[in-house]
Amino acid sequence: MNMMAGTVPLSLTVNGEEVARMVAPRTTLADFLRTDLELTATHVGCEMGACGACLVLLDGVPVHSCLVFAVQAQGQSVETVEGLVASGALAPLQQAFHERNALQCGFCTPGMLVNAHALIARGSVPDREEIRDAISGNYCRCTGYEAIVDAIEAAARKANGEGAE
Amino acid sequence: MKARAFAYARPSSLAEAHAAFAGADGDASFISGGQSLVPALAMRLQAPQVLIDLSAIPEMRGVRLDGETLRIGALTRHAETLTEPLIRAHAPLLAAAAPFVAHPAIRNRGTVGGSVALADPASEFPAMMLAMGAEMEISGVDGMRRVAADDFFQDLYQTAIEPGEILVALHVPAAGPRHVCAFDEMARRRGDYAMVGGGILAERDGAVIVNPRIALFSVGPTPVRARNAEAEIAGKALDADTIAAAQRALDADIDPLDDAEIPAAMRRHLARVLLGRLLRKLETCS
Repeated sequence: MNMMAGTVPLSLTVNGEEVARMVAPRTTLADFLRTDLELTATHVGCEMGACGACLVLLDGVPVHSCLVFAVQAQGQSVETVEGLVASGALAPLQQAFHERNALQCGFCTPGMLVNAHALIARGSVPDREEIRDAISGNYCRCTGYEAIVDAIEAAARKANGEGAE
Repeated sequence: MKARAFAYARPSSLAEAHAAFAGADGDASFISGGQSLVPALAMRLQAPQVLIDLSAIPEMRGVRLDGETLRIGALTRHAETLTEPLIRAHAPLLAAAAPFVAHPAIRNRGTVGGSVALADPASEFPAMMLAMGAEMEISGVDGMRRVAADDFFQDLYQTAIEPGEILVALHVPAAGPRHVCAFDEMARRRGDYAMVGGGILAERDGAVIVNPRIALFSVGPTPVRARNAEAEIAGKALDADTIAAAQRALDADIDPLDDAEIPAAMRRHLARVLLGRLLRKLETCS
């Protein structure tokens, strides 16, 4: 074990690519992604785990990247909205958000998409209460949540072959 | 809203973790899931010289049944309590409480041990340790010791853990077919801290309730055993009169203070209502 001051070496996988950088231990994963890797789809709102704009997948599950220091992600796998868009994984959700007008300013949307993606990936159609529970830690301050729940529900139905209503 | 600079250590054993703490002259914080600590660092409520990451310490991981006791590693994440079969079978109260702990993304990261060690009086898991009669396994430089939940929570954010000690695991008496349990809380919004919450674990012999343990949270500086209410239901069937008597007795168990949002009288009222709901829905939980 090393007691490390200054910057420390960090290697992890981001959107499928190996990344190695020197980071200050106090750098959050959110700041590392945005500043060091210029992956700015991860939004930083409250920096205290309340708003949900900074969600990323860490080893496959949604976490607040503002509540993880980058050094804690050593050896782990991070997927950001950029990666999920590039792979096409978010396309049905993006389409549903577009069709339902489920965003206005768009600041909260990346976090909404990450949580909605993880919810739909569970493989069944969630009811509206489950959708609301899943995004209960995602704040939207402009549209209200009705259209967002509509969009997630529509995308979940489509993903499970039920077609849009 | 950025943490002050700190050095970072990720020990791979408890001995190394204690050495790191000593090496920092005690000016260090231990981090497991970090879902409460990282905001505290960001707001500079804490600004340690060294952050000691406990995530690579093997003794703190995993869930296993040791005879009649379930050992839950302190690093077990909240989300795992919802899916781990041993917890669902033998510590069902924990699994029942987990959906109420914060939001899903926080549950993916936060740890049971971190929550219990922090001892937020509005948190679900510390109170469930009381209800389950758990023992805390604590590591210090001189070795391990065990502290019963009844002696563990001492005051606001203050537990039996001494500076430099580490909560390693939680030992929960394994629940079985005779046990009944219930969990509920009242919050203004799903995932918010509860205005009042609680859990009950008991055995049922026919219609009669035996060895009830009732624990409430958000009713004072620590989670609270409702011993007077327990006494009212022990050895009795849960009819309307018994439940009403337990609700009356609860007044002597809790001493909530007025705060900016909720007057003490309202919290007392909500606690009585909650106890009634819990007692009416006590059922087999494993």
